[in-house]
Amino acid sequence: MRATVTVSLKAGVLDPQGEAIKGALGSMGFEGVDGVRQGKVIELDLAPGTREDTVREMCEKLLANTVIESYRIEMGA
Amino acid sequence: MKAAVLVFPGSNCDRDMAVALSAAGADVSMVWHKESKLPDGVDVVAVPGGFSFGDYLRCGAIAARSPISRELKAHVERGGYALGVCNGFQVLTETGILPGALVQNASTKFICKTATLRVETSSSAFTARYNAGAEIDVPIAHHEGNYRVDEGGLARLQDEDRIAFRYTDTPNGALDDVAGILSDNRRVLGMMPHPERAADVALGLTDGTPLFASLAEALVTA
Repeated sequence: MRATVTVSLKAGVLDPQGEAIKGALGSMGFEGVDGVRQGKVIELDLAPGTREDTVREMCEKLLANTVIESYRIEMGA
Repeated sequence: MKAAVLVFPGSNCDRDMAVALSAAGADVSMVWHKESKLPDGVDVVAVPGGFSFGDYLRCGAIAARSPISRELKAHVERGGYALGVCNGFQVLTETGILPGALVQNASTKFICKTATLRVETSSSAFTARYNAGAEIDVPIAHHEGNYRVDEGGLARLQDEDRIAFRYTDTPNGALDDVAGILSDNRRVLGMMPHPERAADVALGLTDGTPLFASLAEALVTA
């Protein structure tokens, strides 16, 4: 089974990469881009039956730094 | 003074740190990250700069979960001293030993230059030989040195006189110009600038020397 963890910077934490992307999009002529936030996606191949709680523990202990980042878990088949 | 310098895959300031500690009179051991014990009687553990584990996931994140980092945490909990420089500061925040986090520089650029710092407190084993308010020149070399902490955390650091160094002209966007902070018992210092690169006349900068001398003096009996 697969779990997908999306890690994002919390609202209010400056995201210099997001700002740089936003600037580039603007300079390429894309209008109306009000904000860009860059995060990361971590795909986990897990033993069948692995619980979401276990993945949450992985997020809390390693995958995200909850001082600055939030995370979202999607459990797949 | 007995010191241990931790070495992770990708550490690259470990030997400079050892030289600076030795010059201050320390008996220094290098400790590979897979070790599960620190040498007996270690007074201070230094976590050096570099790119531990290639900065994968987040700077310092993987190193903070290495076997030796559990020992580092236990050492600090026993009241032991620790010094984390650059990547070492990132490791100390990732272990939760120091509050906050270091994120990408506001400019998105890697910055390598000499920064001027203001010593904000002389009340610690690391800064006793400086006068509070003194300005010192210490090199920085980092991409993720932008210190972040929540409002309550910053207020605590300020109220408890735990901001050890501030930049006079902040290069990386750090909150409240923070360049280095102390733990609540003042025995752990994390800083982005490299005092070990400013501790030898031959290197042209010596403003880091008093930091190691302060530490040696504080730990002389040990």
